[in-house]
Amino acid sequence: MKYMMFVCTDTEPDKDPSAAPDIEKWVAERDASGQRVTGSVFAPPSAATTVRVRDGELLLSDGPFAETKEVIVGFDLLECADLDEAIEVARAHPMAYGGRIELRPLVD
Amino acid sequence: MTDAAGAVAEAGAEAYPRIVAALIRVTGDWTLAEDCAQEALAAALERWPRDGVPGNPGGWLMTAARNRAVDVLRRAAVERRKLRELALLTDPEPPPTGGDVVDDRLRLIFTCCHPALALEARVALTLRTVAGVPTADIARAFLVSESTMTRRITRAKTKIAAAGVPYRVPAGPALVERLPGVLAVLYLLFTRGYDADGEPAFATEAVRLARLLHTLMPEQPEVAGLLALVLLHHSRRAARRDADGNLLTLDEQDRSRWDGQAVAEGVALLDRAGDGPYALQARIAACHATAPTAADTDWPAIAACYDRLARLRPTPVVRLNRAVAHGFAYGPGPGLDLLAEARAGGALDDYPPALAAEAELTSRLGDRVRGAALFRAAAEQVRSEPERRALLRRAADVNR
Repeated sequence: MKYMMFVCTDTEPDKDPSAAPDIEKWVAERDASGQRVTGSVFAPPSAATTVRVRDGELLLSDGPFAETKEVIVGFDLLECADLDEAIEVARAHPMAYGGRIELRPLVD
Repeated sequence: MTDAAGAVAEAGAEAYPRIVAALIRVTGDWTLAEDCAQEALAAALERWPRDGVPGNPGGWLMTAARNRAVDVLRRAAVERRKLRELALLTDPEPPPTGGDVVDDRLRLIFTCCHPALALEARVALTLRTVAGVPTADIARAFLVSESTMTRRITRAKTKIAAAGVPYRVPAGPALVERLPGVLAVLYLLFTRGYDADGEPAFATEAVRLARLLHTLMPEQPEVAGLLALVLLHHSRRAARRDADGNLLTLDEQDRSRWDGQAVAEGVALLDRAGDGPYALQARIAACHATAPTAADTDWPAIAACYDRLARLRPTPVVRLNRAVAHGFAYGPGPGLDLLAEARAGGALDDYPPALAAEAELTSRLGDRVRGAALFRAAAEQVRSEPERRALLRRAADVNR
């Protein structure tokens, strides 16, 4: 199954920042195992543009569609056998410590 | 109940989870599995009184459920692989123990209790799918409408499929991580039945499920601990209330009405239960269950168990119970000191048992007027009517 892994900040990170694993190592290992299909880091929310069409008119607004304290800072697309495997991949990511991670399965 | 209907109930209780679990494994369809198992029970209720009870009732039910599933899937034209596997499903007897054979029921329990599901959904799904409890009964216990409970259970099943929750018993370190969550669901189920206003049938279901889990994982000490704990609590079920339905405290209960067989089974399990949180609570329950009279209770042993439990789980409630145990073992003074520590920072402010404990220890210290006032204050706070009456009775007793 494919899982989209949203990497988010959190207002209450883990107390010990040194406990978080290394991101380079995480990426290299998941790329090698084939569990990470692709992924990247987002520019800050201030660079976001929201696009809507209403009554045929294009509406653009500056910034993300919802202003929240927790923002999505990156993503990784995973290929895993099941949710348990995806959870194992997510828990090894440094942002599981410094922020939080949301796993969303893709509808095949 | 006719003999045949009794045989259906008995065979169903034993075979239902096995049938549902096997059908889910092969078809991956939770609703289909439940429907077919229910239809097999309905067919048995119709046929057995007429044709006689079959020699292997569980096998009959499995075959009926399987045939029903084959019919449904044939109509839906599913893959031949599933149909072939279904055709091979015959005997609902447990697979030989040992080796790599994992019982289907264990898969089912671990999947129903997966931490990616909300806790309430886990409890409801376990009741519905593993124990076969009707949705209407579950809804009543959770104080929601049947349609709300149906939606909750459906949502949980949908998430299992959509999120890719595996139908599997985790192995190695993952098992160590996941087992406490399964035990928590079973224990919550038990307390739902054991609470003053609970659904008593759930306590019986929880004992049954804990026994099943212990049969399937005899090498896990905390599973033995949980089974011992629920058996020892459950042994008092016939003595917990007086003729008017009022809750009785341990020292008021008629100990001859405790279930000696359940006590013996619970105590025997302690040998292999280890020293985890459930085992320690079971050891405490065993101290009560084996005391011939309330005055014979080994309070120092109970206090020692609470000391260890408070190190493993330093929750306010555990520390409260530890204070009471010390109060009974070593005098109300030390107990009140520990109680003050447990309540530090307002941890137990909205928890009536803390007031009741203070009332009990204060009365034992000799201040009966204040003790009675505290019992009445605790009675004001509780929501359950039987508990309220029990506390008011204590208030009247200590001030006599």
